[in-house]
Amino acid sequence: MERENEVELARQLIAGEPEAFDRFVDYFRARIFHYSWLMCGHREDAEEVAQETLMKVFESADQLREPEKVKPWVFRIAKNACLTKRRKSIYAPPRELSLDEFLPARHQDGDQVRLEIADWSSLPDGKALQSEMKRLLEKAIRELPETYRSVVLLRDMEELSTQETSQILDVSEDVVKTRLHRARLAIRKRLDEYLRGNATEVGEARHGTAPAQ
Amino acid sequence: MEQHQHNEKCQEVFALLSDYLNLELPPEACQDIEAHIAGCPPCIEFADSLRKTIDLCRQYQPAELPAPLGQEAKAQLMEAYRRMLSSQTNSKLG
Repeated sequence: MERENEVELARQLIAGEPEAFDRFVDYFRARIFHYSWLMCGHREDAEEVAQETLMKVFESADQLREPEKVKPWVFRIAKNACLTKRRKSIYAPPRELSLDEFLPARHQDGDQVRLEIADWSSLPDGKALQSEMKRLLEKAIRELPETYRSVVLLRDMEELSTQETSQILDVSEDVVKTRLHRARLAIRKRLDEYLRGNATEVGEARHGTAPAQ
Repeated sequence: MEQHQHNEKCQEVFALLSDYLNLELPPEACQDIEAHIAGCPPCIEFADSLRKTIDLCRQYQPAELPAPLGQEAKAQLMEAYRRMLSSQTNSKLG
Protein backbone atom coordinates (compact mmCIF):
# COMPACT_ATOMS: atom_id res chain seq x y z
CA MET A 1 0.00 0.00 0.00
CA GLU A 2 1.35 3.44 -0.93
CA ARG A 3 1.96 5.88 1.88
CA GLU A 4 -0.89 8.15 0.75
CA ASN A 5 -3.31 5.21 0.96
CA GLU A 6 -2.04 4.38 4.44
CA VAL A 7 -2.69 7.98 5.48
CA GLU A 8 -6.17 7.83 3.97
CA LEU A 9 -6.88 4.57 5.82
CA ALA A 10 -5.76 6.23 9.08
CA ARG A 11 -8.02 9.20 8.33
CA GLN A 12 -11.00 6.88 7.80
CA LEU A 13 -10.20 5.03 11.01
CA ILE A 14 -10.06 8.25 13.03
CA ALA A 15 -13.30 9.43 11.41
CA GLY A 16 -14.97 6.14 12.41
CA GLU A 17 -15.94 5.27 8.84
CA PRO A 18 -17.56 1.86 8.29
CA GLU A 19 -15.09 -0.97 7.55
CA ALA A 20 -12.09 1.23 8.33
CA PHE A 21 -11.47 -0.71 11.54
CA ASP A 22 -11.29 -4.09 9.79
CA ARG A 23 -9.10 -2.78 6.99
CA PHE A 24 -6.78 -0.95 9.37
CA VAL A 25 -6.40 -3.97 11.65
CA ASP A 26 -5.86 -6.42 8.77
CA TYR A 27 -3.29 -4.24 7.07
CA PHE A 28 -1.29 -2.97 10.02
CA ARG A 29 -1.42 -6.27 11.89
CA ALA A 30 0.37 -7.93 8.95
CA ARG A 31 2.92 -5.08 8.71
CA ILE A 32 3.68 -5.08 12.45
CA PHE A 33 3.92 -8.88 12.42
CA HIS A 34 6.41 -8.74 9.56
CA TYR A 35 8.62 -6.17 11.32
CA SER A 36 8.43 -7.97 14.67
CA TRP A 37 9.03 -11.37 13.17
CA LEU A 38 12.29 -10.18 11.61
CA MET A 39 13.22 -8.27 14.78
CA CYS A 40 12.24 -10.82 17.47
CA GLY A 41 12.59 -14.00 15.45
CA HIS A 42 9.66 -15.82 17.01
CA ARG A 43 6.23 -16.21 15.50
CA GLU A 44 4.30 -16.09 18.80
CA ASP A 45 6.25 -13.03 19.95
CA ALA A 46 5.52 -11.28 16.66
CA GLU A 47 1.80 -12.06 16.93
CA GLU A 48 1.72 -10.78 20.51
CA VAL A 49 3.60 -7.62 19.53
CA ALA A 50 1.04 -7.00 16.77
CA GLN A 51 -1.87 -7.34 19.21
CA GLU A 52 -0.25 -5.25 21.96
CA THR A 53 0.69 -2.56 19.46
CA LEU A 54 -2.81 -2.25 18.02
CA MET A 55 -4.31 -2.12 21.51
CA LYS A 56 -1.94 0.72 22.45
CA VAL A 57 -2.67 2.54 19.20
CA PHE A 58 -6.40 2.56 19.96
CA GLU A 59 -5.79 3.45 23.59
CA SER A 60 -3.74 6.52 22.71
CA ALA A 61 -6.40 8.51 20.97
CA ASP A 62 -4.49 11.74 21.54
CA GLN A 63 -1.79 10.59 19.15
CA LEU A 64 -4.36 9.77 16.52
CA ARG A 65 -5.45 13.22 15.49
CA GLU A 66 -3.06 13.52 12.58
CA PRO A 67 -3.41 10.70 10.01
CA GLU A 68 0.12 11.33 8.62
CA LYS A 69 1.62 10.46 11.98
CA VAL A 70 -0.28 7.21 12.51
CA LYS A 71 2.20 4.90 10.76
CA PRO A 72 5.31 6.23 12.56
CA TRP A 73 3.34 6.06 15.82
CA VAL A 74 2.37 2.44 15.15
CA PHE A 75 6.01 1.48 14.53
CA ARG A 76 7.29 3.35 17.54
CA ILE A 77 4.97 1.29 19.73
CA ALA A 78 5.93 -1.89 17.86
CA LYS A 79 9.65 -1.17 18.31
CA ASN A 80 9.21 -0.76 22.06
CA ALA A 81 7.05 -3.87 22.28
CA CYS A 82 9.77 -5.85 20.47
CA LEU A 83 12.38 -4.64 22.96
CA THR A 84 10.39 -5.79 25.97
CA LYS A 85 9.47 -9.04 24.25
CA ARG A 86 12.95 -9.92 23.15
CA ARG A 87 14.18 -13.27 24.24
CA LYS A 88 17.75 -14.32 23.83
CA SER A 89 18.39 -13.35 20.26
CA ILE A 90 19.03 -16.20 17.89
CA TYR A 91 20.44 -13.72 15.42
CA ALA A 92 23.60 -11.78 14.90
CA PRO A 93 25.38 -10.44 17.96
CA PRO A 94 25.54 -6.65 18.36
CA ARG A 95 28.48 -5.08 16.58
CA GLU A 96 29.37 -2.10 14.44
CA LEU A 97 29.59 -2.59 10.69
CA SER A 98 32.38 -0.66 9.02
CA LEU A 99 32.39 0.61 5.45
CA ASP A 100 35.68 -1.15 4.71
CA GLU A 101 34.04 -4.55 5.07
CA PHE A 102 31.91 -3.84 2.03
CA LEU A 103 34.31 -2.14 -0.33
CA PRO A 104 34.60 -4.55 -3.26
CA ALA A 105 38.05 -5.66 -4.34
CA ARG A 106 39.39 -3.98 -7.49
CA HIS A 107 41.86 -5.26 -10.00
CA GLN A 108 43.58 -3.84 -13.02
CA ASP A 109 42.56 -5.45 -16.31
CA GLY A 110 44.79 -3.92 -18.98
CA ASP A 111 44.16 -0.22 -18.58
CA GLN A 112 40.73 -0.79 -17.04
CA VAL A 113 39.90 -1.09 -13.35
CA ARG A 114 37.37 -3.81 -12.63
CA LEU A 115 35.45 -4.61 -9.48
CA GLU A 116 35.19 -8.13 -8.23
CA ILE A 117 31.43 -8.18 -8.16
CA ALA A 118 28.71 -10.24 -9.79
CA ASP A 119 26.95 -9.38 -13.02
CA TRP A 120 23.79 -7.72 -11.70
CA SER A 121 22.54 -6.71 -15.14
CA SER A 122 20.51 -9.90 -15.58
CA LEU A 123 18.78 -9.53 -12.23
CA PRO A 124 15.10 -8.75 -12.69
CA ASP A 125 14.25 -5.28 -11.44
CA GLY A 126 12.70 -6.09 -8.13
CA LYS A 127 9.25 -7.20 -9.19
CA ALA A 128 9.85 -10.88 -9.89
CA LEU A 129 11.55 -11.76 -6.66
CA GLN A 130 12.40 -15.41 -7.12
CA SER A 131 11.91 -17.56 -4.08
CA GLU A 132 15.65 -18.23 -3.78
CA MET A 133 16.48 -14.52 -3.81
CA LYS A 134 13.70 -13.89 -1.35
CA ARG A 135 15.01 -16.53 1.03
CA LEU A 136 18.48 -15.10 0.71
CA LEU A 137 17.32 -11.53 1.27
CA GLU A 138 15.50 -12.60 4.42
CA LYS A 139 18.61 -14.39 5.65
CA ALA A 140 20.79 -11.36 4.89
CA ILE A 141 18.43 -9.15 6.90
CA ARG A 142 18.43 -11.55 9.85
CA GLU A 143 22.20 -11.64 9.89
CA LEU A 144 22.38 -7.88 10.40
CA PRO A 145 23.07 -6.67 13.92
CA GLU A 146 19.78 -5.54 15.44
CA THR A 147 20.48 -1.78 15.29
CA TYR A 148 21.07 -2.00 11.54
CA ARG A 149 18.22 -4.42 10.93
CA SER A 150 15.64 -2.10 12.50
CA VAL A 151 16.77 0.79 10.30
CA VAL A 152 16.60 -1.13 7.03
CA LEU A 153 13.18 -2.57 7.95
CA LEU A 154 11.75 0.86 8.73
CA ARG A 155 13.42 2.77 5.88
CA ASP A 156 13.38 0.29 3.00
CA MET A 157 10.62 -2.17 3.85
CA GLU A 158 8.18 0.23 5.51
CA GLU A 159 9.41 3.21 3.51
CA LEU A 160 9.31 5.56 6.49
CA SER A 161 11.38 8.74 6.15
CA THR A 162 14.78 9.34 7.72
CA GLN A 163 13.19 11.78 10.18
CA GLU A 164 10.38 9.38 11.14
CA THR A 165 12.86 6.53 11.58
CA SER A 166 15.11 8.67 13.77
CA GLN A 167 12.13 9.52 15.99
CA ILE A 168 11.00 5.90 16.20
CA LEU A 169 14.47 4.65 17.14
CA ASP A 170 15.53 7.65 19.27
CA VAL A 171 18.72 8.24 17.30
CA SER A 172 19.86 11.16 15.16
CA GLU A 173 19.07 11.37 11.44
CA ASP A 174 22.79 11.03 10.69
CA VAL A 175 22.89 7.75 12.61
CA VAL A 176 19.89 6.52 10.62
CA LYS A 177 21.64 7.39 7.35
CA THR A 178 24.90 5.75 8.37
CA ARG A 179 23.24 2.56 9.57
CA LEU A 180 20.98 2.36 6.53
CA HIS A 181 23.91 2.60 4.14
CA ARG A 182 25.91 -0.06 5.95
CA ALA A 183 22.89 -2.35 6.24
CA ARG A 184 22.24 -2.05 2.50
CA LEU A 185 25.91 -2.69 1.73
CA ALA A 186 25.86 -5.81 3.91
CA ILE A 187 22.74 -7.12 2.14
CA ARG A 188 24.22 -6.23 -1.25
CA LYS A 189 27.38 -8.13 -0.43
CA ARG A 190 25.44 -11.23 0.61
CA LEU A 191 23.36 -11.17 -2.60
CA ASP A 192 26.50 -10.53 -4.63
CA GLU A 193 28.17 -13.63 -3.18
CA TYR A 194 25.12 -15.65 -4.14
CA LEU A 195 25.03 -14.26 -7.67
CA ARG A 196 28.70 -15.08 -8.09
CA GLY A 197 27.87 -18.61 -7.08
CA ASN A 198 30.16 -18.72 -4.09
CA ALA A 199 27.73 -18.02 -1.29
CA THR A 200 29.11 -19.43 1.89
CA GLU A 201 26.98 -20.89 4.59
CA VAL A 202 28.67 -18.77 7.26
CA GLY A 203 25.30 -17.26 8.06
CA GLU A 204 23.78 -20.67 8.66
CA ALA A 205 26.55 -21.55 11.07
CA ARG A 206 26.19 -18.26 12.90
CA HIS A 207 22.42 -18.55 12.95
CA GLY A 208 22.19 -21.08 15.74
CA THR A 209 25.29 -20.26 17.73
CA ALA A 210 25.15 -16.52 18.37
CA PRO A 211 25.97 -15.68 21.98
CA ALA A 212 23.10 -14.50 24.13
CA GLN A 213 22.60 -10.73 24.21
CA MET B 1 48.86 10.38 -9.04
CA GLU B 2 45.79 10.95 -11.20
CA GLN B 3 44.72 7.31 -10.76
CA HIS B 4 45.22 7.65 -7.03
CA GLN B 5 42.93 10.68 -6.91
CA HIS B 6 40.38 8.86 -9.02
CA ASN B 7 40.40 5.90 -6.61
CA GLU B 8 39.96 8.22 -3.66
CA LYS B 9 36.93 9.72 -5.36
CA CYS B 10 35.52 6.21 -5.88
CA GLN B 11 35.78 5.63 -2.12
CA GLU B 12 34.09 8.95 -1.41
CA VAL B 13 31.24 8.02 -3.75
CA PHE B 14 31.04 4.56 -2.17
CA ALA B 15 30.53 6.17 1.26
CA LEU B 16 27.77 8.50 0.01
CA LEU B 17 25.84 6.25 -2.35
CA SER B 18 22.79 5.63 -0.16
CA ASP B 19 22.40 9.33 0.58
CA TYR B 20 22.74 9.98 -3.14
CA LEU B 21 20.17 7.32 -4.12
CA ASN B 22 17.82 8.59 -1.38
CA LEU B 23 18.11 12.13 -2.79
CA GLU B 24 19.36 13.26 0.60
CA LEU B 25 22.47 15.11 -0.56
CA PRO B 26 22.81 18.81 -1.26
CA PRO B 27 22.71 19.65 -5.01
CA GLU B 28 26.47 20.38 -5.26
CA ALA B 29 27.37 17.01 -3.74
CA CYS B 30 24.95 15.28 -6.17
CA GLN B 31 26.54 17.00 -9.15
CA ASP B 32 29.97 16.08 -7.88
CA ILE B 33 29.02 12.40 -7.63
CA GLU B 34 27.30 12.41 -11.02
CA ALA B 35 30.35 13.97 -12.65
CA HIS B 36 32.57 11.22 -11.24
CA ILE B 37 30.18 8.32 -11.94
CA ALA B 38 29.69 9.39 -15.56
CA GLY B 39 33.35 8.60 -16.24
CA CYS B 40 33.78 5.62 -13.92
CA PRO B 41 32.35 2.26 -15.07
CA PRO B 42 33.18 0.46 -11.76
CA CYS B 43 31.20 3.09 -9.82
CA ILE B 44 28.28 2.79 -12.27
CA GLU B 45 28.32 -0.97 -11.83
CA PHE B 46 28.46 -0.78 -8.05
CA ALA B 47 25.77 1.91 -7.82
CA ASP B 48 23.52 -0.23 -10.01
CA SER B 49 23.96 -3.27 -7.76
CA LEU B 50 23.14 -1.17 -4.68
CA ARG B 51 20.09 0.33 -6.37
CA LYS B 52 18.87 -3.17 -7.23
CA THR B 53 19.44 -4.29 -3.65
CA ILE B 54 17.25 -1.41 -2.43
CA ASP B 55 14.58 -2.30 -5.02
CA LEU B 56 14.59 -5.91 -3.81
CA CYS B 57 14.09 -4.74 -0.21
CA ARG B 58 11.21 -2.48 -1.24
CA GLN B 59 9.53 -5.19 -3.30
CA TYR B 60 9.96 -7.84 -0.66
CA GLN B 61 6.77 -9.37 0.68
CA PRO B 62 7.14 -11.58 3.73
CA ALA B 63 6.72 -15.32 3.33
CA GLU B 64 5.28 -15.53 6.83
CA LEU B 65 1.88 -14.15 7.67
CA PRO B 66 0.30 -13.94 11.10
CA ALA B 67 -2.31 -16.54 12.05
CA PRO B 68 -5.88 -15.27 11.54
CA LEU B 69 -6.98 -12.90 14.29
CA GLY B 70 -8.91 -14.81 16.97
CA GLN B 71 -12.39 -13.71 18.02
CA GLU B 72 -11.32 -12.70 21.51
CA ALA B 73 -8.36 -10.66 20.28
CA LYS B 74 -10.56 -8.93 17.71
CA ALA B 75 -13.22 -8.15 20.31
CA GLN B 76 -10.56 -6.54 22.56
CA LEU B 77 -9.35 -4.36 19.69
CA MET B 78 -12.89 -3.41 18.71
CA GLU B 79 -13.67 -2.44 22.31
CA ALA B 80 -10.53 -0.25 22.51
CA TYR B 81 -11.40 1.33 19.16
CA ARG B 82 -14.96 2.15 20.32
CA ARG B 83 -13.58 3.78 23.46
CA MET B 84 -11.18 5.78 21.28
CA LEU B 85 -14.00 7.01 19.04
CA SER B 86 -16.21 7.94 21.99
CA SER B 87 -13.39 9.81 23.75
CA GLN B 88 -12.78 11.76 20.54
CA THR B 89 -16.49 12.64 20.33
CA ASN B 90 -16.53 13.66 24.00
CA SER B 91 -13.45 15.86 23.62
CA LYS B 92 -14.98 17.53 20.55
CA LEU B 93 -18.22 18.16 22.44
CA GLY B 94 -16.35 19.31 25.54
